[in-house]
Amino acid sequence: MKNWLKILAVALLFYVHVAGLLFDVPRLNILNETVRAIYFHVPMWFGMVLLFLLSFYHAILFLRNPTPGLDRISVQYANVGLVFGLLGMLTGMLWANYTWGSPWHGDPKQNGAAIALLVYMAYFVLRGSIENEEQKARLSAVYNIFAFVAMIPLIFIIPRLQDSLHPGSGGNPGFNAYDLDNRMRAIFYPAVVSWFLIGVWIANLRIRYKTLEEKNMELYNEKF
Amino acid sequence: MKNFNKYILAIGLMFLTEFSSAQSPEMADTFRAEGKIYVVVAIILIVLSGLVAYLFMLDRKLTRLERMMDEKPQTK
Repeated sequence: MKNWLKILAVALLFYVHVAGLLFDVPRLNILNETVRAIYFHVPMWFGMVLLFLLSFYHAILFLRNPTPGLDRISVQYANVGLVFGLLGMLTGMLWANYTWGSPWHGDPKQNGAAIALLVYMAYFVLRGSIENEEQKARLSAVYNIFAFVAMIPLIFIIPRLQDSLHPGSGGNPGFNAYDLDNRMRAIFYPAVVSWFLIGVWIANLRIRYKTLEEKNMELYNEKF
Repeated sequence: MKNFNKYILAIGLMFLTEFSSAQSPEMADTFRAEGKIYVVVAIILIVLSGLVAYLFMLDRKLTRLERMMDEKPQTK
């Protein structure tokens, strides 16, 4: 990862935290000041979906050209994506507690997101349960494709078909109508970009660490 | 005629309630006016810069280790 991208991510992150807390937001009933949570809660989910997309892309690349390097990349993007998803879930539950009345509403969007996270957790269970490295990489790459394809309807389609309190689902408008005007967009989109870049950076560090570990193992095996 | 007046009154009241509730949902205005919000922002920025510095240090450590690993096979 290029250094200027890291610096860009950090600069945007600082901007988002200052502007997100200080700049004007629409005055809305029920939400009141908590509308600012959009800058911090939603980028977690956007980041997760983008990281899972990268994971999915590298899983396909791996199946076309099976090398251990591609497998390592695919796993680590999924790993960081899952962390983002869990943070999105926790922040969403806290927000729901104060605006919807309870942390878990059985809302289609919430349930769908929870199932998607479980599907991705199963990906790591699958990896942990196979001894043979090649088999592990191949099976988990295939499962990764399934997981990504399952996530799309769970998060983006099913919640829109049912009644839901979550914006962007059921009869509720997405970000357009009331909760994201142009002032908020100027903070929201940089927030998505910066968190995604931070996620890629952390995944990158993990990939490099795993690569080193692998190399170290090879050296060790040569010696003994 | 009496009914008509009632309707006018009802519509008038509806507008009134609509207007007054839409006018100002409660926001943390006093908190902001006191300037205490800057303290919160400063604290968040300190935490963020600490975490980011930590990430950069981790990055540098990995780079150093990678260089070491690359040199090893050549010296053998």
